Amino acid sequence: MSVDKATVAKIASLARIRMDDEALERMVPELNGILQWVEQLGEVDVTGIEPMAAVIPNTLRLREDVVDADPLTGGGKQADVLANAPAAEHGFFGVPKVIE
Amino acid sequence: MTDLTSLGVKDIRDGVAKGDFTAREVAESFNAAVAEAAALNAFIVTTPDHALAAADKVDAARAAGEQLGTMAGVPIGMKDLFATHGVQTTAASHILEGFTPRYESTVSQKLWDAGAGMLGKLNLDQFAMGSSNETSYFGNVTSPWKKAGSNAAMSPGGSSGGSSAAVAARIAPAATGTDTGGSIRQPAAFTGICGIKPTYGRCSRWGIVAFASSLDQAGPMARSVEDCAIMLGAMAGFDPKDATSLQMDVPDWEAALNSDLRGKKVGIPREYRMEGTDQAILDSWEQGKAWLKDAGAEIVDVSLPHTKYALPAYYIVAPAEASSNLARYDGVRYGLRDLPDGVGLQDMYAATRAAGFGDEVKRRILIGTYVLSAGFYDAYYTQAQKVRALVARDFERAFEQCDVILAPTTPTASFPLGSMNEDPLTMYLNDVFAVPASLAGLPAMSVPATINADGLPLGLQLVGRPFDEQGVLNAGLAIQQRAGFTAKPEKWW
Repeated sequence: MSVDKATVAKIASLARIRMDDEALERMVPELNGILQWVEQLGEVDVTGIEPMAAVIPNTLRLREDVVDADPLTGGGKQADVLANAPAAEHGFFGVPKVIE
Repeated sequence: MTDLTSLGVKDIRDGVAKGDFTAREVAESFNAAVAEAAALNAFIVTTPDHALAAADKVDAARAAGEQLGTMAGVPIGMKDLFATHGVQTTAASHILEGFTPRYESTVSQKLWDAGAGMLGKLNLDQFAMGSSNETSYFGNVTSPWKKAGSNAAMSPGGSSGGSSAAVAARIAPAATGTDTGGSIRQPAAFTGICGIKPTYGRCSRWGIVAFASSLDQAGPMARSVEDCAIMLGAMAGFDPKDATSLQMDVPDWEAALNSDLRGKKVGIPREYRMEGTDQAILDSWEQGKAWLKDAGAEIVDVSLPHTKYALPAYYIVAPAEASSNLARYDGVRYGLRDLPDGVGLQDMYAATRAAGFGDEVKRRILIGTYVLSAGFYDAYYTQAQKVRALVARDFERAFEQCDVILAPTTPTASFPLGSMNEDPLTMYLNDVFAVPASLAGLPAMSVPATINADGLPLGLQLVGRPFDEQGVLNAGLAIQQRAGFTAKPEKWW
C-alpha cells in the first residue's frame, strides 16, 4: 500500500499537525519508503498467533480506596497542575472560544 | 591527588565513604569539567548547584556518622526525558521548552535518595526518536571520539547521545538513559561505555516523558559493568504509580557479580550474521565468543528466525504508541501554544503541534496515525503485534538452550554527523540488533569490546532471560575483564 498527497493531508489532519503543500510533498516519499519496507511483515505466517499486548506478564493492581493514597498523585494540586499552562485563568486552563 | 573526573561510580562512592576526598570536591571537579565541555553540546541545562547541594548533604551525613546511600557522593547526568522538580524538562523538543515540572520522576527521586546529585539535563534525540542525536531542537550532540586522521564531528549515537557523550568524555561518571529500541545500548557501543536496559517493568516509567509505553525502559550508562550494577540497583524497584511496574524484589546485583561462567551456556544467534555488517564487528563477535569460552562458558548455536522482521514490526508498534502518547501536546495544559489570530481550538492544536514537533517526530506521529486508522489497523498494527509475539517466542525457545545470548550491539561503528540523513530508513537500520530484545522486553546490555581500524569503539551485546539482569551483568563482566578496554577519546573540547 502507498499513500498520496491527499492521504498524507488527511493523516496530518487526524494527527492535528498543520502541514503546508511543501511539507506534504516532502512527506509523501518518506512515508512511502517506510510503508513499503514494513510491507515485508505480510510474509510472516502468523496463523494461530495472538497479537502481543504485554511483553512481561503482569496483572493490574487496584490501589487502596483512600483519599490521597499517594500524595504525589492525590488531590489538592490545582496550583501545581496549572503552573505550566500557557494561559491559566481563574483556576482553569484558558482556551480559544470553542462554540460559536 | 588523582584527577577525580577519571573515577567511576564505585570509586567515587567508596572514596567518599573512606574519606579519601569529599563529595563536594567530586562535585566541583565534575561541574568544572562540564563547564569546559560546551563544545560537545551534551547538556541542555547544567545544574551545578544541584550537584553541590547533594554533595554537601552526603558530606554532612558522613560527618554525622550516618549510613550512606549506594550512590552517595556520585554526581550524574540526567537524560532530559526524566521530569525533575523545578528544572526544565524538554525531551529535547521545542513543544516542551520552558516546561518546569512540579514533581520528580520516580527513577530520579530514587537516585537522589541514594545520595546522587545532578550535573545537568542531558541532550537527546527529540522525544527519544533517533539513533544519532541529530533530531534535538537544542542542536546535535557531538561525540568526544574522532575517526583517526579526521576532524569530522562524529555521532554519539541516540537517543541517549548526551548521556553517552558525557560519560565517554569523563564529564560525568555515569548518566541515566532510556531504551525504547536500542537507545541505551547503541550510544553506549558508539562511545566505548557500558549501558544496560533492564527487564521491562524493572524501572518505573512514572515521570519519564512517554515515547512508546510498551517498550520504554530506563537504565544506567557508565564506564564499567560494576558501575552499571550499582546504579541500576538504585534506579529499579516497584512503583505503584506505574501500572506496568514489576512487583518484585530488586536483587543486590553488585554483590552477586561473578564472572566465572562455568556451567553457563552462551547462545550465538545465527540470524544476526546480516549483510551490511562491518567485518570488524563480525571479528569482535568472534573475539567475544572466545572471551566467554575462556570464562568457562559453553558456546551454542541458537536460532531466532524472526530477527529480520523485528525492526519493521518495531517501526509500526513504536510510532503507533507514540502517536497516541504525543496526542497530549495540545497547547492547553503545558508547553508551547501557537495561537494564530482569530483561530479556534482545532487550529490552535494543529498550529501548536506544527511549530513544536521536529520532522522526525512528525514523521513517526503520521506513520502511527496511519497504521492505527480505520481500514489499516489489522493489516499493519495487529500484524506487527503478532510478529512481536513471534519474536518473543523465538527468544523463549532459544533460552531453553542457553542462559545468555551474545551478539553485536550495532552493525557499524559511529558515523559522522550528517552522513546518514538522506533516507530515514538507513538510520533505522542501525538498531537492527538492538530492537529484538526491546520487543521482547528482555534485559540487554552493551559492553565495549575493542577499537576498529579507524580508532572508534565497538560494543558487544548480551541479552538475558526476563528478570535475569544478573546473568547479563556477569557475562558483561567476563567480557570486560578480558577485553581490557582502556581506550578513551583524546580531549579536543
